[in-house]
Amino acid sequence: MATEVLMPALSPTMEEGTLAKWLVKVGDVVKSGQILAEIETDKATMEFEAVDEGRVGQLLVAEGTSGVKVNTPILVMSEEGETVAAKAAVAAPVVAAAAPAPVVAAAPVAVVSKASADWAEGTPMKTMTVREALREAMAEEMRANPAVMLMGEEVGEYQGAYKISQGLLDEFGPRRIVDTPITEMGFTGIAVGAAWAGLRPIVEFMTFNFALQAIDHILNSAAKTNYMSGGQLGCPIVFRGANGAAARVAAQHSQDFAAWYAMIPGLRVVMPYSASDAKGLLKSAIRDNNPVVFLENEILYGQSFEVPDLPDFTIPFGKARVWREGTDVTIVSFGIGMKYALEAADILAKDGISAEVVDLRTLRPIDYDTVLASVMKTNRCVTVEEGFPVGSIGDHLASTIMQRAFDYLDAPVITCTGKDVPMPYAANLEKLALVTTAEVVAAVKSVCYR
Amino acid sequence: MATKKDPVKSNVSKEELLGFYREMLSIRRFEEKAGQLYGMGLIGGFCHLYIGQEAVVVGLEACTKAGDKRVTSYRDHGHMLACGMDAKGVMAELTGRSGGYSKGKGGSMHMFSKEKHFYGGHGIVGAQVPLGAGLAFADKYLGNDNVTFTYFGDGAANQGQVYETYNMAELWNLPVIFVIENNQYAMGTSVKRSTKSTTLFGRGTAYGIPGEQVDGMDVLAVKAAGEKAVAHCRAGNGPYILEMMTYRYRGHSMSDPAKYRTREEVDKIRSEKDAIEHVRDLLLNAGLASEEDLKAIDRDIKETVNAAAEFAKESPEPALSELWTDIYA
Repeated sequence: MATEVLMPALSPTMEEGTLAKWLVKVGDVVKSGQILAEIETDKATMEFEAVDEGRVGQLLVAEGTSGVKVNTPILVMSEEGETVAAKAAVAAPVVAAAAPAPVVAAAPVAVVSKASADWAEGTPMKTMTVREALREAMAEEMRANPAVMLMGEEVGEYQGAYKISQGLLDEFGPRRIVDTPITEMGFTGIAVGAAWAGLRPIVEFMTFNFALQAIDHILNSAAKTNYMSGGQLGCPIVFRGANGAAARVAAQHSQDFAAWYAMIPGLRVVMPYSASDAKGLLKSAIRDNNPVVFLENEILYGQSFEVPDLPDFTIPFGKARVWREGTDVTIVSFGIGMKYALEAADILAKDGISAEVVDLRTLRPIDYDTVLASVMKTNRCVTVEEGFPVGSIGDHLASTIMQRAFDYLDAPVITCTGKDVPMPYAANLEKLALVTTAEVVAAVKSVCYR
Repeated sequence: MATKKDPVKSNVSKEELLGFYREMLSIRRFEEKAGQLYGMGLIGGFCHLYIGQEAVVVGLEACTKAGDKRVTSYRDHGHMLACGMDAKGVMAELTGRSGGYSKGKGGSMHMFSKEKHFYGGHGIVGAQVPLGAGLAFADKYLGNDNVTFTYFGDGAANQGQVYETYNMAELWNLPVIFVIENNQYAMGTSVKRSTKSTTLFGRGTAYGIPGEQVDGMDVLAVKAAGEKAVAHCRAGNGPYILEMMTYRYRGHSMSDPAKYRTREEVDKIRSEKDAIEHVRDLLLNAGLASEEDLKAIDRDIKETVNAAAEFAKESPEPALSELWTDIYA
């Protein structure tokens, strides 16, 4: 009997991929373990093996097709002697691309408001993913300053565990793109020492979960030494990598450290949502003379946004961005929380509630002025973040708003956060643990007494 | 620990030997004064004295050239004086005054001088080891022939990050000299109670790093070993480990009653192996200096140390506005 072979999920966050190359043709007899195809995910190009023996009956997806959803049938296998014609119609229609193309994920997110645009009206724009934006930022800064170098696990020959550093080894060579052993404490300490002695290292943590192994050097060595040396030893270094929950990787690999790092004087903390912020803020981070914790998000890496097409483009720290202007409530968020904030604002608009959406972008320094001005206008505030509830950024904002804008408030500030539990593995429980758009909508309705 | 050297042979000049005497004695007198000021309540917090270990840093500093770097732990006063930092600035930091190297914000354990290439002064045991390798990483990246002296104790030698660093230092051929100041006690825990291996430098073998044990109470032996290590590093051969067998006469910090060892043990080393007495004997026995010459040096040092203590008492506390400065570069 014929069996369908489905597009496999080859990473925790993969939802679709490109069928880069077929390595079998119709009529071939394949053995279990034989490689059927090369499939490009947003992280890597992977070989895909046959599980069972059989004869290739039909290829359902053309070579070079991108955007093939996980679980789409891609090939029909028949047993010896069987004809396959009957199964052919099962294949889902798949749009074939002209040529193997780089992964393009969801459609670009439109800028709803230009209220705090960081570029001049009429600037030419291009569409790029957050991943590409981060890569461009590093490459541009490395071209501009020979003291900038990148260090981390799999940043070089592997081309980056999340492909952020893809191609950088080819352009800059192993002196400046340094593959490290798996030894976070050691290489982070080395990078901090190198920053004191004239380099501007970028340290990539494969994810920020592993930076816990290096936390002493981030806090005690990098963040505090300028103060403890009476201003003699600044530490121009960027610690960057994926932060927060990915998908189905459970408690040790899913946590948002935004509030942890934001607590530490001496650090700058950046958590971009869009590709333009990722690029502009990473370039600022590399140029900054202080240690910068730059918190990225694996789920956002493949998201596309409009980015100004400028040769040199930076975004200053401490300047929030108003994504959407509104009059009834202020939703403050950052990082992937912005996804829920913007989705909620869309839903609320249909219910006649006008939400102003503020993206903090940097958590140290925080742009209190923009938040307070917005709250003074709307008289209501909901904060959104993925991190744990106790001691969250939302808690800090609520306290600041209470102290500085108490008389303007028509309702208590509600903080939407991840739940106060370690991240579970089970899909249904994981969904429950994360903050959701529905929760943001409910919180806004609550502060609007609707 | 080796026994007292026969005070005859040595290829050092009279000037160099006198210099060693002066520098080691300067550190000792400075530390004694710091101990006094601590007792008077002028120095607060933790204060770790270097008394007994002076030959290590003085012998190694004799092997350095301009541009070489050094980094160490919280027992750092001796290292700062030996690399040419001003006694007044160091003492004023101990008293938490604005004239200190860190404007009073770092204290005994956290002092730096970018000008003298002294990168601290670190309070977390073992943290300075990768930091030191990082200084060397920068020098190699920049293509100069500087080396970095990374000092740590027998206690730090059990920290995991030391071995992470050994691995990368050898893998990347970094010009770093790891100096283990084995004073035989990690706070109150003797080496015998904390490790089975008989040598600490030998652990480098697992990473392909050469090293040796040195009589750290003999400044000439220290210098000879240092020259060998520096030559190895500067020639681009990667890291080197020097395990300096030494001894601290005082407690771990000022608040340590040192009940984990006997008074006799300390007295025996002081009387038989003291680094300063050793050089003093060499000078006198070879007729390179008279008792009067040495007394003149003693008086000179006393004046310098007293002046440092006066400065440290008189220098004003940092302005209250300093609370908010230097958080960011």
